[in-house]
Amino acid sequence: MPSKISRGVSLYSFQEEMFLGTLSVEDCIAFAASIGATGIEILPEQNMPGFPNISDAEVDRWKAMVERHGCHFTAYDMFLDTKRRKDRLMTDDEQVESITRDLKLCHRLGIRNMRVLVFVRPDILGRCVPVAEELDIHMGVEVHAPWNLDHAWILRTIEEADRLGTRHLGILPDMGIFMKHYPPAFRARFERQGARPEVAQFIVDSHEAKIMAEYTIYEVAVKMQGNKAEVAMAETLRHAPYANPKRLAEYAPYFRHIQAKFYEMDEDCTDPAIAYDEAIDVLVGCGWEGTLSSEYEGNRWIQDVQAVDSREQVRRQHVMFERLIAAAEAKHGLQEAQ
Amino acid sequence: MFDKYIIDADSVRNLGPADAPTGFSFTTKLGYYRGLGLSMVEDMAVSIDDEPIARDCIRFDEGPGPLTLDAMETAFDRRWAFGAPAQLLVDHPGGFPQGEHRLTLQQRLRISYMPFPSINIDEKLIRFAGNQG
Repeated sequence: MPSKISRGVSLYSFQEEMFLGTLSVEDCIAFAASIGATGIEILPEQNMPGFPNISDAEVDRWKAMVERHGCHFTAYDMFLDTKRRKDRLMTDDEQVESITRDLKLCHRLGIRNMRVLVFVRPDILGRCVPVAEELDIHMGVEVHAPWNLDHAWILRTIEEADRLGTRHLGILPDMGIFMKHYPPAFRARFERQGARPEVAQFIVDSHEAKIMAEYTIYEVAVKMQGNKAEVAMAETLRHAPYANPKRLAEYAPYFRHIQAKFYEMDEDCTDPAIAYDEAIDVLVGCGWEGTLSSEYEGNRWIQDVQAVDSREQVRRQHVMFERLIAAAEAKHGLQEAQ
Repeated sequence: MFDKYIIDADSVRNLGPADAPTGFSFTTKLGYYRGLGLSMVEDMAVSIDDEPIARDCIRFDEGPGPLTLDAMETAFDRRWAFGAPAQLLVDHPGGFPQGEHRLTLQQRLRISYMPFPSINIDEKLIRFAGNQG
């Protein structure tokens, strides 16, 4: 029996081309289908211009479009504008109302996973659980760098889910938490902005050695008198953690969808930064069932010097997924029956 | 994430009578990966050759009609969609200066999940010779 991991893409991956108007939503879905990434994650606030007023006809049009390409929806990315008003934060009731609005649209689209922004309070989500249960939607709080699976803030959501005894509240890991190596695309852009190669190398070496960010930032900013680009590069270390992929197995019951963040894929279809080999080995080994949903975020690191080709980057990531899933299946004795 | 694209350099036009322009307009996109309610656009600071234009001389229109930046703060029913062009209308007697000038736009957005505002800056060299065509 093969693993239960499916492949998909978040439309977030194609933000560069969609922003510029060179790819439509349907172009992106057709492309995803062409590489066998048939699970589609949407950001209604990005992909539906009329949000939040979406008619039944519009919902039907979306469903038909996805089906036409042999795809299906996997996840709905919600947002919560607690700072909508300048004079005050949203009240708790207003937050619950906004999340309920998203749960309803998510349900109308036939989607059963909702990505919840990491800053949403666990008690607010607890109040949304009855609606999520009624609509059978899993609310997954995004575990995004620099948080990690064991971070106290994340544990509060897990505790809330356990307290309520619900399977409709949990987490949704973003693979950016497993940044084992400093992304070459980050370094290259900082060098174009004036970082000296020797200082950039010091920062990369510090990350490779897993030195706490604050030490490196002090070294670069104070001792080396780093320039603006060098200090900015050192500060990215605060958001570039390598969490332990083995923890995925313990938390697997709490998530059914993964945002497969990446910044660049090499021509040989390897990720130079994020430890997908380790993460996928753990996911296959523990029998996790869900979707690896591509989330390409490299555009902003290269757009100053080259045209962005999000499709090629996503294609390479899926070649890697197939390779790593097959290798893990072989290792864990989950090969397809001959 | 989209800073370099938020000013459309080819969109600059003068407003008002051709022989006595009262200002100029240009097209901008929201420098963010999703749409945003207008109330969360805190500022759209425009300058020409580093000379700032007063906030109350700037109006914004994503389609339904122009609003001052102050009025945007309470326009809870209006939204600027992802990737959608909008017009900035700038009161500037004489219009956009002829010849080569640097046009700068800084968008300051109140993003709820971020601890600080999102600042997006673009600067384009505009070669302007009056409205064409």
